[in-house]
Amino acid sequence: MTSAVSFARVSRHFGSVRAVDAVDLDIVPGEFFAMLGPSGSGKTTCLRLIAGFEQPTAGSIAIFGERAEGVPPYRRNVNTVFQDYALFPHLNVLDNVAYGLMVKGVGKPERQKAAEEALSLVRLPGYGARRPGQLSGGQRQRVALARALVNQPKVLLLDEPLGALDLKLRENMQEELKSLQKALGITFVFVTHDQGEALSMADRVAVFNDGKIMQIGTPEDIYQRPKTRFVADFVGSSNVLPPDFVQRYSGQHRWGSLRPESIRVGSAASGDGVAARLVSTNYLGATTRLALDAGGLRLHAIVPAGTALPEQGEAVVLTFNREHLHLMDEPA
Amino acid sequence: MSLDAAITTKVAPAILPGSGGLRGALSDLFWREPKLLLLLMLLPPVLWLGIVYIGSLFALLLQSFFLIDEFSGLINREFTLKTYGDLFQAANLDIILRTATMAALVTFASAIIAFPIAYYAARYARGRWKALFYLGVMLPLWSSYLVKIYAWKLILAKEGILTWLLAKLNLLWLLDAWLSLPVVGGNSLSVSFTGTFIVFVYVWLPFMILPVQAALERVPSNLVEASSDLGASPGQTFRNVLFPLALPGIVAGSIFTFSLTLGDYIIPQIIGTSRLFIGQAVYSQQGTAGNIPLAAAFTVVPIVIMGFYLWGAKRMGAFDAL
Repeated sequence: MTSAVSFARVSRHFGSVRAVDAVDLDIVPGEFFAMLGPSGSGKTTCLRLIAGFEQPTAGSIAIFGERAEGVPPYRRNVNTVFQDYALFPHLNVLDNVAYGLMVKGVGKPERQKAAEEALSLVRLPGYGARRPGQLSGGQRQRVALARALVNQPKVLLLDEPLGALDLKLRENMQEELKSLQKALGITFVFVTHDQGEALSMADRVAVFNDGKIMQIGTPEDIYQRPKTRFVADFVGSSNVLPPDFVQRYSGQHRWGSLRPESIRVGSAASGDGVAARLVSTNYLGATTRLALDAGGLRLHAIVPAGTALPEQGEAVVLTFNREHLHLMDEPA
Repeated sequence: MSLDAAITTKVAPAILPGSGGLRGALSDLFWREPKLLLLLMLLPPVLWLGIVYIGSLFALLLQSFFLIDEFSGLINREFTLKTYGDLFQAANLDIILRTATMAALVTFASAIIAFPIAYYAARYARGRWKALFYLGVMLPLWSSYLVKIYAWKLILAKEGILTWLLAKLNLLWLLDAWLSLPVVGGNSLSVSFTGTFIVFVYVWLPFMILPVQAALERVPSNLVEASSDLGASPGQTFRNVLFPLALPGIVAGSIFTFSLTLGDYIIPQIIGTSRLFIGQAVYSQQGTAGNIPLAAAFTVVPIVIMGFYLWGAKRMGAFDAL
């Protein structure tokens, strides 16, 4: 099967900055694909390469098997939901949504009908006559989504579309985007720096750092079995364990990772385990996050709220199930 | 003395004492009554604008409703519309139409020339190039208007550099063909309407470039990307996004170029034919002819034209993007 989007050794350099550096990537048609990474990691540049706003310095890009280098954005059947929505301020909502059909020469009644339907799809029926300036952030986001979807793109690109929304709205939109994607069957490529968002929404996640892809896999893969220290640290702030420490528990001299929720914290008298001292506690609502010092090694543990906690500075013993200790590919 | 003691003895009060004196009292008063400060600040400019500016304009308007006595040359201070009727005499109507046509052409040409320059400055020029842009646009404004016009007279003259250059390029026939045309032609560019047009465009161009650049500067570049992303070719993006969003700037610039051309009396006097423009008509009516009412009535014409122009622009939605 041809990939929806395929990168072969794609690079994009800006002067001496390698924004994207020899990236290989294959996105399966119909999947919800997330590009996750810190700012400046090259994920947005990758999205802009797919949209056609940037041209690769080296390598080749194919969209549904067709070569895309040198093809301008307006000839790609790919649409983007921009980070700050980029709605046209001089057009009302209906004309904004109908814009793509208008420039393709679709007649006025037909395109307005399609735009109305797209607005219903994003649950904004009857908002057509308003100006973008009269809408809230969440509503603008939906209009931007409708404006892209009305063109029935082969690939929909979303550039941190939920970044500007408050937490509650963001959670709602995550669910809606997910179900919309399932219903429409369009390939979604989603850029985010929020690991929680990437893990909860995507079928597969690519973790970016320094213009390179560190790891591609299902959310479970990425979360449970990080390949490098960067992935372990960035996705859900896992505890990264040095090779000497790992050797004591697994017999192998390699970097390891341990999820904070895999660590159990007991009193010093409770027996075997890693001797540590409680440095601070951080109340997070449903859970409490503990910062621990195990002989110079900084560790984090997450325990359910309501667990009896030791005093700050008190000696504790840490235990964990050895199966939860994950060995990483990264050489020691 | 321990550090603790030093801190406790130097403890600051929760409310600081006033700085005292008239200045302190005034600061506190203005903070409590911000409208008082606003009133004091606005009073001088409002008085200036109201009395000197609008007042003199009103006096002018009043003059246009008087009539000059043809025998004594005295002004008859009785309300009449007859002076306005004089505007519709064939000779005067000619002047009005000629000036309005010239102003419209100058505005149109300025907009077409200004847009690419403003677009470059707003979208691409950064740092040093931007400074160079401002310098290039503003520099002509720093030198004397008269010197520039006389310089243009030399450039456009039959012995001037333009004719010389065209001769070198073997394109003199093109200039001759143009000059042999009726209305726009003449003996040389410096005594033709074409010359007047070129100099008008030159002199007013900065007033078009700057507002258009300011308008384009406010268009986020991702709107252009969004348009392209949605399938619009560069031409469609220009028509549907860039032009409508730059329109308030173009209208603002055209207010300058249009009204400045309508009122100018120096350029057509130095460069062009002997046929009059409104500014020259005003100048000669109030000076040699001593017909202040007709001069005033002529002055009202540009105001009325601009009024209609702005009304039409608003109707066409030129300010919707504001």
